[in-house]
Amino acid sequence: MATAVQATVERENYLNHDYTLKSWLLTKDHKRIAILYLISITAMFFVGGFFAMLIRLELLTPAGDLVSSDTYNKLFTMHGISMIFFFLIPSVPAVLGNFLIPLMIGAKDLAFPKLNLASWYIFMIGATFALTSMLLGGVDTGWTFYTPFSTTYSNTHVIGTALGVFISGFASIFTGLNFIVTIHRMRAPGLTWNRLPLFCWSNYAASVIMVLGTPVVAITILLVALERLFHIGVFNPALGGDPLLFQHLFWFYSHPAVYIMILPGMGVISEVVACFSRKRVFGYEFVALASIAIAVLGFLVWAHHMYVAGISVYAALVFSLLSYLVAIPSAVKVFNWTATLYKGSIRYDTPMLYAFSFIGLFTIGGLTGVFLASLGIDVHVTDTYFVVAHFHFVMVGGMVVAYLAGLHFWWPKMTGKMYPEGWAKLSALLVFVGFNLTFLPQFVLGYMGMPRRYHAYPPEFQVLNVLSTAGASILAVGYVLPMIYFVWSLRYGKDAGPNPWNAVGLEWMTESPPPTHNFDETPVVTWEAYDYEHQPDEEVTVGR
Amino acid sequence: MAASDIEIAEHNLQHHFADMDQQRETSTFGMWLFLVTEIMFFGGLFCAYLVYRATYYQAFVEGSQTMNIWLGATNTAVLICSSLSMAMAVRCAQTDQRKMMVILLIVTMVFGAAFLGIKAVEYHEHWTHHQFPGPNFQFEGADAAGVSPQNVQIYFSLYWAMTGLHALHMVIGIGLVTWITIAGARGHYSADYYSPVENVGLYWHFVDLVWIYLFPLLYLISKKHGG
Repeated sequence: MATAVQATVERENYLNHDYTLKSWLLTKDHKRIAILYLISITAMFFVGGFFAMLIRLELLTPAGDLVSSDTYNKLFTMHGISMIFFFLIPSVPAVLGNFLIPLMIGAKDLAFPKLNLASWYIFMIGATFALTSMLLGGVDTGWTFYTPFSTTYSNTHVIGTALGVFISGFASIFTGLNFIVTIHRMRAPGLTWNRLPLFCWSNYAASVIMVLGTPVVAITILLVALERLFHIGVFNPALGGDPLLFQHLFWFYSHPAVYIMILPGMGVISEVVACFSRKRVFGYEFVALASIAIAVLGFLVWAHHMYVAGISVYAALVFSLLSYLVAIPSAVKVFNWTATLYKGSIRYDTPMLYAFSFIGLFTIGGLTGVFLASLGIDVHVTDTYFVVAHFHFVMVGGMVVAYLAGLHFWWPKMTGKMYPEGWAKLSALLVFVGFNLTFLPQFVLGYMGMPRRYHAYPPEFQVLNVLSTAGASILAVGYVLPMIYFVWSLRYGKDAGPNPWNAVGLEWMTESPPPTHNFDETPVVTWEAYDYEHQPDEEVTVGR
Repeated sequence: MAASDIEIAEHNLQHHFADMDQQRETSTFGMWLFLVTEIMFFGGLFCAYLVYRATYYQAFVEGSQTMNIWLGATNTAVLICSSLSMAMAVRCAQTDQRKMMVILLIVTMVFGAAFLGIKAVEYHEHWTHHQFPGPNFQFEGADAAGVSPQNVQIYFSLYWAMTGLHALHMVIGIGLVTWITIAGARGHYSADYYSPVENVGLYWHFVDLVWIYLFPLLYLISKKHGG
């Protein structure tokens, strides 16, 4: 009788200890804040996706017939702003990082729980500003807010949107600050830097960029707003102000921001590849330090966005060389993941399928980045679809795929439930096929000379554009499916148990979902990261 | 240590820290990191200043000539004094002299308010002389000096943006000092738990330090030096 009662009484965890709305909105628990972020950025992802859909529909035919050119300008601007500032930047750090970093280092919470909650509220205020501006009629400056168009000529809601970006930047700063302090000060006994999971290393590197870069774009955007409000003219050529200075300041953040968007994704891939090859990540130290190298080098390459903007040839040469250098640590990571697979006991579960997608797509995205870093090719393809295809390979083929890999990998930990494996594999396949069909044709289009940011194009480009739009519709199905089956799994999914993948790492050594305080006793770490050699290779039955 | 001090310390230990030392080190580390982000925040403006000062040096000289050096110098002295009283307040917090700490914090606030008062006088002067960027900007004597009034306007844009942002930080700083003064008067701090006082102190010193750079850069541009 007593055992029967025990079996029906669920252990208290972070989800079921309190169900009130207040307990969610005032929570200081990093796990609950991660869930709040998950819901918010998923909404923003579908807002951005909606704009993308309209863009692709417009480009189905050569004539600009679905929307006017002004509307089209607004569509790509709002697509970029929603996706970059309100989805990609917070995606892996604010959701998975928030949830996992304390668990992975054996801490009870992040160093500053109130700051963590504040960051979510700040993010929501920023998102409200941006969304309100969109509803009032939108903004058409491009996500880059280039001056003097944004300061003097645009008649759209620049200030509201800029304030939204400015405010959400502080959410990012607070998240980054919290991660750095937490990883320095809150690690469990025995968890040295050399034993730290690579997910923590890469989020640490991304946090360094958030902390050092975001304030610069904040002041830059503030100056744009001041210029619109008070006509102070710092970037206004009519007064002798320099629009190039805006571009320098903007890209000083916004290029490193690309690494905020990719480094945490690389961390996810390291975890997933090690788990499903059942091997230690090959060259752990090099992968860890490559993250730091990318963060440091990332600050020295910003002007490669400005080759044709009128910077000096000598500056362009130096920035070109430095941009090539970023390829080295990135390649170190790709080669080391591949070497990890070598002679591993590979299992083809959904997170691993996404990881394979990532390695392939990121390699293409990265290598085309090397093309763009070289001056001659860049001049030829500047502002064409080649550039669009390149950064979507990194941002979508890289970060979104890594985010999905991470969500599938840790969903059992976050919710205690397994998602339906068959549907998940199908969606991974759809994402891969749909993505390639969408963006591979754009490389060709760009190389043939189709410029970006126009709502009409010459008829000879139509076939490739139709392919791209067809791919986007497949991609859309691939993104909607996980949302449906993740929600479905909350109610109908099988119980996952503490460690469904038989993975190593402190986060797998506590319950699923974890209790509010994460660990009953603070763990003491005496082993290396990814110690799969000593992990009993038992047949995993739970949830499969 | 008195029994009440131990109670203050235990009361203030948050659940996710092992002990007070870890908590104190963590919060101070966080504050330093926050100040790094502040440096980067102001850094964007300093960068713009450097670029335009190099490009329009003569216009910057003309703009700088309109500054009231005596008011600026007084304000510099006021802020240095406020930093001294702030540093002494932190020391008092560490050594459990609560009454003295509260007095010194109030002194710090008075200095801070004096700074903002003097700054307001200066702003008023500039405003009445149309030295505020925008459609109503006027600058007499630009032609005589052979510089474009529009370039002088860029100097004033940066002047207002930089000192305005600094003044905003002063207002926030006074708010923070008010908060720790009230908490200190109620006996919330002890030799075992003074992190908030220390961290607000760090912030205050940082804001002072920004002014130490702003004063020479905006008020004391040399007429003789060529660039």
